[in-house]
Amino acid sequence: MTVHSPRTIDQAVTLLEKYPSAMILSGGTDFMVEVNFNHRKPSQVVSTRAIEELRQWNIDHDTNSIFIGAGVTYSTIESSDIAQAAPALAEASRTVGSPQIRAAGTMGGNLGTCSPAGDTLPVFAALDAKILLASNAGRREVSFADFMVGPKKNSLLAGEMVLGVSLPIIEGWQGYAKVGVRNAMVISIASACLVRNASDDSVRVALGSVGPTIIRARAAESWWLDQGAPRSSSEMHTEFGARCAAEASPITDHRSTAEYRRHAIKVLCTRLAARSTSR
Amino acid sequence: MSENQIYTLTVNGSQREVKDSWIGESLLYVLRERLGLPGAKGACEQGECGSCTVMMDGAAVCSCLVLAASAVDADIKTVEGLAPDGSLTDVQQSFINNGAVQCGFCTPGLIVAIHNLLDSQPNPSELEVREAISGNICRCTGYGRIFAAVQDVIEQRGATR
Repeated sequence: MTVHSPRTIDQAVTLLEKYPSAMILSGGTDFMVEVNFNHRKPSQVVSTRAIEELRQWNIDHDTNSIFIGAGVTYSTIESSDIAQAAPALAEASRTVGSPQIRAAGTMGGNLGTCSPAGDTLPVFAALDAKILLASNAGRREVSFADFMVGPKKNSLLAGEMVLGVSLPIIEGWQGYAKVGVRNAMVISIASACLVRNASDDSVRVALGSVGPTIIRARAAESWWLDQGAPRSSSEMHTEFGARCAAEASPITDHRSTAEYRRHAIKVLCTRLAARSTSR
Repeated sequence: MSENQIYTLTVNGSQREVKDSWIGESLLYVLRERLGLPGAKGACEQGECGSCTVMMDGAAVCSCLVLAASAVDADIKTVEGLAPDGSLTDVQQSFINNGAVQCGFCTPGLIVAIHNLLDSQPNPSELEVREAISGNICRCTGYGRIFAAVQDVIEQRGATR
């Protein structure tokens, strides 16, 4: 194993061109588990820890957008102004692991690993986030929907790395909820992000851990729009939850059963809908 | 940096050379097995238990999840570096006074996590204390005496401010 510690993005993409199968190391919270248990022994590792530029983030009120560098940690999301501009992302970050994990784990790492249980991913799906990628050939932007293509599979090309993610600032309620076996240190069994857009009265809902990728419950979203304001009845929220659950595609694995996951989505989406109309 | 290459880490304010190591070793392994600092403990090796907690650039992290060779520019502080040789910090003394140590395996990680909390938040609520140590698993104490120990430190520090 060789460990490279580039200080700039240019140096990093040059290394990635030379070693296209190199493993990109960010916070280490996924990668080192695999190394410690001998599940992975890459010959080349490109560590992004020393690339200061990746730790930058910016809120632009003129364009109503947020850019978050790949090296920004969950704890930064929780404690910075990003938490006000993208509350669902802060809520999702808050549910990750423990304080130690949140101080190390990064947005770029969550995107790179691309697990269906990745906590920020339903937020990125619901917000139609754009992922900024770089290689020695240049930069490109892909929508989150085109970025995540399967369980732990993304559309990064050989020699490419994640630079960061762009999110819109949306006026309206947004939130994230998940089910796990306890509060701290838990990998989600089912999760959901709901974002309401006050300007066009629409809702977006994205489901995690219940499919090979994050699932947008688009039929439920358009049903919501058809109902018309104020959408405050509990019957409507329950119906919305059931419609979201119908669009989930869960499997049974070591963490839970498909039946329980579908039920959990119904409960989570019902609750999120109720919370979104309670003020 | 390749196999067996020598690199230098900054640990407890000293420059420490890491020799004869495999480049994929975790910071926890390097601290314990290469640098003679056995304070941080290894249990789960996957960031679940917190017994390996150290400070890195001002944040408490699991040293088992840090690739040591990637931490060459970081400022690392272990439980050994919290107080001068042979002396105890107020948190350590309070753990003793309150009987907050049973088997002791989780204690170094808890001590580091609690120092990290109290350095940034001198007067935390009970919920904040619980949250701050939610990544540190103790199988003996049931946490009651640990909370009592933290509470004592909060009061002592408050009285001397």
